[in-house]
Amino acid sequence: MTLSLADGTTVEGSSFGAPVSVSAEVVFNTGMVGYVESLSDPSYAGQILVLTYPLVGNYGVPSPESFESKKIHAAGLVVAEYVDEYSNHTAVESLSAWLTREGIPAMSGVDTRALTKILREHGVMEGRLNHSRAKRENVFSTSDNFVAKVSPEERTVEGEGDVTILAVDCGMKENIVRSLRARGARVIRVPWDYDFSGEAYDGVLLSNGPGDPMTCAATVANVRKAFEADAPMLGICLGTQMMALAAGAKTYKLKYGHRAQNQPCALSGTERCFITSQNHGYAVDAKTLPKDWEVWFANANDGSVEGIRHKTKPFRAVQFHPEAAPGPTDTAWVFDEFLASVRKRKKAS
Amino acid sequence: MKKPRKVLILGSGGLKIGQAGEFDYSGSQAIKALQEEGVRVVLMNPNIATVQTDRGFADAVYFLPLTLQFATEVIAKEKPDGILLGFGGQTGLNLGLELFDTGVLKKYGVRVLGTPVATIRDTEDRDLFVKRLAEVGVETARSVAVTNVRAAAKAAAKLGYPVMVRSAFALGGEGSGVVRTEAELTEKLSEVFHTVPQVLVEEYLGGWKEVEYEVVRDRADNCITVCNMENLDPMGIHTGESIVVAPSQTLTNEEYHRLREIAIRTIRHLGVVGECNIQYALNPETGAYRVIEVNARLSRSSALASKATGYPLAFVAAKLALGATLPELANAVTKTTTACFEPALDYLVIKMPRWDLTKFENATNRIGTEMKSVGEVMAVGRSFEEAFQKGLRMLAVGADGFVAHRSGNFKIPDYLSEIREATTTRVFALAEALHAGVSAEKIHELSGIDRWFLSRLENIVRIERAFSKGKKPPAALVRRAKRAGFSDAQIGVLTGASEDAVREARRKAGILPVVKQIDTLAGEFPAKTNYLYVTYNGTEHDIKAKQKGTVVLGSGPYCIGSSVEFDWAGVQALRTLKAAGRETVMVNYNPETVSTDYDLPDRLYFEELSLERVLDIVEFEQAAGVVVSTGGQIPNNLALKLHARKVNVLGTSPEDIDRAEDRHVFSALLDKLGVDQPAWAELTTRKDAAKAAKRLGYPVLVRPSYVLSGAAMAVAFDEPALMKFLERAVNVSSDHPIVMSKFIENAREIEIDGVAKGGKLVIYAMSEHVENAGTHSGDATVVLPPQRTYLETVRRAKRIAKAIVRELSITGPFNIQFLAKDNNIQVIECNVRASRSFPFVSKVTGHNFIELAVKAMLGGDVSGEYRTLDLDYVAVKSPQFSYSRIKGADPLLYVEMASTGEVAAFGDSYHEALLKSMLSAGFRLPKKNVFVALGGEENKVKLLPSLRTLAELGFKLYGTDGTTKFLLENGIRATTVHKIHTGKLPNVLTLLDSDVVDLIINIPARTLARKNHADPALRKLHDGYMIRRRAVDNGIPLLTNRQLAEAFVTALAEIQDGGLKAKPWNEYLAQG
Repeated sequence: MTLSLADGTTVEGSSFGAPVSVSAEVVFNTGMVGYVESLSDPSYAGQILVLTYPLVGNYGVPSPESFESKKIHAAGLVVAEYVDEYSNHTAVESLSAWLTREGIPAMSGVDTRALTKILREHGVMEGRLNHSRAKRENVFSTSDNFVAKVSPEERTVEGEGDVTILAVDCGMKENIVRSLRARGARVIRVPWDYDFSGEAYDGVLLSNGPGDPMTCAATVANVRKAFEADAPMLGICLGTQMMALAAGAKTYKLKYGHRAQNQPCALSGTERCFITSQNHGYAVDAKTLPKDWEVWFANANDGSVEGIRHKTKPFRAVQFHPEAAPGPTDTAWVFDEFLASVRKRKKAS
Repeated sequence: MKKPRKVLILGSGGLKIGQAGEFDYSGSQAIKALQEEGVRVVLMNPNIATVQTDRGFADAVYFLPLTLQFATEVIAKEKPDGILLGFGGQTGLNLGLELFDTGVLKKYGVRVLGTPVATIRDTEDRDLFVKRLAEVGVETARSVAVTNVRAAAKAAAKLGYPVMVRSAFALGGEGSGVVRTEAELTEKLSEVFHTVPQVLVEEYLGGWKEVEYEVVRDRADNCITVCNMENLDPMGIHTGESIVVAPSQTLTNEEYHRLREIAIRTIRHLGVVGECNIQYALNPETGAYRVIEVNARLSRSSALASKATGYPLAFVAAKLALGATLPELANAVTKTTTACFEPALDYLVIKMPRWDLTKFENATNRIGTEMKSVGEVMAVGRSFEEAFQKGLRMLAVGADGFVAHRSGNFKIPDYLSEIREATTTRVFALAEALHAGVSAEKIHELSGIDRWFLSRLENIVRIERAFSKGKKPPAALVRRAKRAGFSDAQIGVLTGASEDAVREARRKAGILPVVKQIDTLAGEFPAKTNYLYVTYNGTEHDIKAKQKGTVVLGSGPYCIGSSVEFDWAGVQALRTLKAAGRETVMVNYNPETVSTDYDLPDRLYFEELSLERVLDIVEFEQAAGVVVSTGGQIPNNLALKLHARKVNVLGTSPEDIDRAEDRHVFSALLDKLGVDQPAWAELTTRKDAAKAAKRLGYPVLVRPSYVLSGAAMAVAFDEPALMKFLERAVNVSSDHPIVMSKFIENAREIEIDGVAKGGKLVIYAMSEHVENAGTHSGDATVVLPPQRTYLETVRRAKRIAKAIVRELSITGPFNIQFLAKDNNIQVIECNVRASRSFPFVSKVTGHNFIELAVKAMLGGDVSGEYRTLDLDYVAVKSPQFSYSRIKGADPLLYVEMASTGEVAAFGDSYHEALLKSMLSAGFRLPKKNVFVALGGEENKVKLLPSLRTLAELGFKLYGTDGTTKFLLENGIRATTVHKIHTGKLPNVLTLLDSDVVDLIINIPARTLARKNHADPALRKLHDGYMIRRRAVDNGIPLLTNRQLAEAFVTALAEIQDGGLKAKPWNEYLAQG
C-alpha cells in the first residue's frame, strides 16, 4: 500500500485497515494517546490522519459509548507501527478490526516523522492512500461541504435540566453533549443549517465540525440572527470561526493546522496559559475582528487566535476543545462559566 | 516578587543508592538558570567529582558536610537572601527543612525559594499528605501512620495482611516492604524505627500498574505535566528498580488524562512552585487509582523525564523559583515556542536499572519495594523492541540484547520462580520462559507484567526464531530484526557469522539506520538543538552530517567503579574541545549525567557505546577523531577495535593503551624498564592456580583480566579459600584466564594521576591512601598531597611514571598505582585513561587535568610549571557507601570495590580535612560511648595508643571480653558486654540497640579475609558480621580499618572545638 502526496512524495507501507483507497487532505496530529477519540471526531471528515506517536493500537478499541460519534469519520489513517496485540480492560476489539469493519483504510510502517516534516514545510496537502487490492476508492475534496455530511438530519432533545442549551451540531463531538449534560443542562441538538430562531432555549452552543467555515453560510446567518436574542453563546472550534464570520470577521487557512494535545493558549490580560486539545485547519484573523469583539485566547506558540469574546455581550468562543477527548481537560471550566452565565441570565429574566 | 541577590544551593553529597548523579545535573541546571538572572550562587556540596562544583559555575563552592552546623556557618558567612531546597535530593531537602525548623533561615533572613516549606511538609508527612489530598477528592492508598511497633500491628490487623510498610522521610523507599504476617511486621519495624520516626502501614496494591507524572507549576498557577511514565514492573517493585517506559503505553486517553488532571489538581492544591512528581497505582482491571506519593523536589524521575522529553525541568524549576512564569520562558529546543506546553514525543524511551549486587557477598538478588540499583540507562527508539534491546545492551553487563548473547550467559535455570519473585535478572528469565514456550498469559499471571509488554517481547523471540544458523538471512528479515533492535552481533550469533560480516552484508543491502532529533514537539516546529538518537524505524535523517567533528565517548551507566567522575571528565573534554574551536559530538546514554545535556556539545547522541553504534555515528558524522580516554573503561575497551577499523583515536595510540591493559605485555615492559612489580601468574585451570599460589606464597590476590572496580577480585589466605573463590566467582577457562599475584601485607598505596604529551610528563599529582593495600583504591580514603610518604619514595614514583609515560608514548591522561613498603616501591597497574581521581586532583591542585589532557591530544601547548605537591592545605577524599540499602551485605573494606560514591573536603591540616571528609560521607563524631571489638593480637597492640587517646578524651569504652580484658590489662577502663553466641545478656546487640553507642570500632583479625561461608545462615552467626551489620542497620558510625581508625582518633584529639572551618574552595586555592 502507498501514500502519494500532491508534491510527488510517495511512501510505502502495509495495510491494517479496510481494502479501500482514498483521496483526501493529509493532516498530522501529535497527540500520544486518543486515536479512538480522534478517528471518531467528525471534524476529521475528509482527512487522512497521520499520527506522529509511533505505536498505535496498544490499548485497542473500547465499546462505542465512549466514541466521539457513532462511526469513524477520518478518511484514512497512517501510522509508524501498528500494534495488533492490544491490552486494556476497556478494549473490546483491535484497532485494525474496527477500521476494517468501518471500511476505513489504514497504513503502517511509515516514517511519520519524515511525513510530518513534509507537511510542516509545504503545508497540508492532498494525498492518496492506494490499496493494491482496493474494492473501491473514496474521494474527498477540501471544497466539499463536510459539515452537511456529518451533521444530523433531525432535531433531537437529550436529557432534562434546569436550563436548555441549543446545540448547533456541525459534527459535534459527543463529549460536548456529555459536558453539558454533566452540568445539568438539557440539550436540543439541531442540524447545522437549522433555523433555531423559533426554539425556546437559554443558551446556544456552536459545535466543532470539519472543513472550511466558509462553506457553512446558513449557520453563519443563523448565528447572526441569534446575536440579537442576547442569549449566552459558546462556540467551539468551527463554532468559533462561524461566530467570528457572523460578527463580520474573516477566517483563513493555517499552513498545517493545529492538531495536538499540547497547544498552549494564553488567556488575554492575565499571566495564565492553558494546555489545550486542538484539531483545526482554519483560524480567525485577529485583525478583522470588529471593535466590540476581542481576542480571548491567543496561541502562545504562533500567536494565532484561540478564542474570541464580545466585549459586552455573553458571546464567547474557543478555538480549542474544552471537552477534551482526546487531550487535556484543563479548560473544562469554559463549560462551567458558560452554564453559569446561562443560569444567571435565566434567573435575571 | 523581589529577585534574590544571592542564593544558597544545597547539593546532595556523595552518590549513594537512591540518590545518584541526577542531582549534579539538576544542580548544574539551577546554577545556570540563576546566573542567567544575575543572581550570585553559593553551593554547598562535598561531592568533588561533580560538574556543578566546577569553576565557572557557582560563585562560591563549599566542599563541606551537609549538616546543620556547617550549613549554618556557611549562611552566617555568605549571608544569602535566598535558598533552594529542591536541587540536592532528599539530603538537600532534609537539611533545608532542618535549617528552617531551627530558625537559622529566619535568623539570617534567608527566604525559601520555590515550593514553600509548608507544601514540602504536606508531601513528606504521610498523615498530612492523605488529609490534604482528600480535601480535593484525590484518593490515596488507605494507610495509617504509626510511631511504634504496637500501633503498626494494630493498623495492619485492621487493613488486613498483606500490608505495605513505608518509612516517611527516607529516600528511595528505604525501610519499605510488603509484610505478610504480624511476626514479619514486628521484625522489620523494630529495625526501621531506629532510623525513622514514623512509618506508614498501607493497603497492598501489588499488581496494579505503576504510573508517574512530572508536574511543573508556576506562581501564577499555570500547571503542566511534562512527561508521564509507565513501569513495566507493576506495583510492588520500586520505581528505581523497575523498567520504565515513557510515555505510557497501555493507558487509554481517558486514563492518561484522568491521571493528568488529578496530578494538576493535587499539585495546585498543595501549592508547589517549581517541579515535582506524582506516582500512581492504577488498577488494570477497573481503572481505579491511588496516589502513592508526591516528591516536591527534583528527583531521579525528573532527570529521566528531562532527558526523555528534552524539557529542561531543573532549569525551568529554578527560573520559576525566582518568580518567572511558564509562558515567559522559551522552549529550550525550538527557542521560538513557549515553555508552557507539554512535550509530544514521536519516539519512546525505556529506562532500565543497573544493579551491582554481585559485588556484595550475602546480598540477595531479589528486588522489591526498596531501591538497590546503583545506576540506570535510557534507550531511545521508535519501536518498543528497539528501545528495549538497546537498553539491555547499554547496561554493560554483557548482554547483547534480550536474546542471542555472544557470551552464552544469561541462562536462568529457575526462570519461573524469578518471574514470580522478581530478581535483578528477571528480564532474562522472561527470555528463557518465552524460549521454553511459556505463554504470555502464564507469565502475566506470575509477574503481573502487562500483556502488552509481553507481546512485544514475544515479537523479539519470534524474530530470533526466524533466523537459522549457517544460512544467509533474507534482507527483509534483517531489516525486521534491526527495527526490533537486534545488533549486528546478535544477528551474527543467530546466523553463525561475525559481527563485521553481518555489518558488511547489511550495508551492502542498504539496511542503514537514520539519525532523528528529539524536538519536544513531534516535528510540529523545527528544533534548533541537536539532541539525537539513531533508529532503524525511519527512512530519513533529520540532520545533515557536519563533518570533522570530534566525538567524545561517555561513561555509560553509573555502577560501582564508574561514577560521576567520568561524567565530569567527559564534560571537561567537551568544553576543552569547544574552546579549541572544534565541533563536538557526545555519545552517552546515562540519563543521570551532565554530559547528556544537549546544551553542552554541538551534537548529542543519546546512544549506545557499542562498537556498532559508535561506528555508525563516526561514519555518519565523518568525525575527525574520537576521545576514548575520559569515559572510564567502557570507551577505553573500544579503543583498539575502533583503531582497527581506521577510526582516528585521539591521544595515546590504542596499541599502547593495550600494552598497558595486557598483563603479559605490561609486565614485560616493567621488567624492561627495571620497575619492580608484585610477582604474578596467569592461569587457565584450577590446578595450575593452586600450584601458582604455592609458588607465589599465600596470601594471593586473584582476579580476572580486564576489570574495572575489582569485579570478582579476592585475596586468598590458603588453598581452600582459593578453591572456594574460584568455584564461586570466576568462570576459569582459556578464554577467561585469571591473574594471580602475590599479596603484600602491610604495604601502603600511592597513586599518580597525570597527563603527558608525546611521551613526556606534563603534570602529575600524587596521593596516598590512608588504608593499607588490600582496600580497593575506590574504597580508600585518599590524601593529597601525601602526608606520610618519604620524599625518596615520591621521587622514585615520579621517575617510574616518567619512564612508563615515555615507553607507552602517552599523550593524554593516565593513572599509575603503586605499592610502597619500607623504601620499596612496586607498580600494581597503569591505566592509560582518566581515572576516578581526576576531578579530585584537578580541584585540589587547581589545575584541570582533563583540560590539559585534551589540549595535549589536540597538539596544543601544555607546557608550564604546575605546583601539585607543595600545597599549604590538605584535601581528603572519602568513600560513600550504601550498605544500608544492601541488606545482609558485610560492610568491610576489601579488595572488591563496594562504595557507590565519594566526597572530599579541604583543611588547613590533614586532621581537619580528614574529619570534614568523613563527616561529608555521613560519619558522625562520637560524643560519649565507643564500642570496640578487635580481632587478633596485632590489631589490639597497634590500636592501643588510639584507644588510650579515646579514653583520655573522656570517651567511655565498651567491648567484648577479649578486647576489654586487653584494655584493662593496659590500664584503660572499659565495660564488657557478652558476645552474641554466649547467649548471655546484656550482649553486644542489646547494647547496640539501646541507642547508647555512637561509634563502633570493629577490626577483624584479617581484614582482608572475608569469611567465605557458602551458607549465609552460618555467616550470620558470626559475631563480627552481626556487629557490623547492626551498625549499618542502626545507623551507628563504624570503623573497620585499623589505619583509618588510628587516623580518625588522632584527628579527633588534634582538632579542638571550632577547628573544622567553613572555608570556600577558592580561599584554599588562594593559599597556594
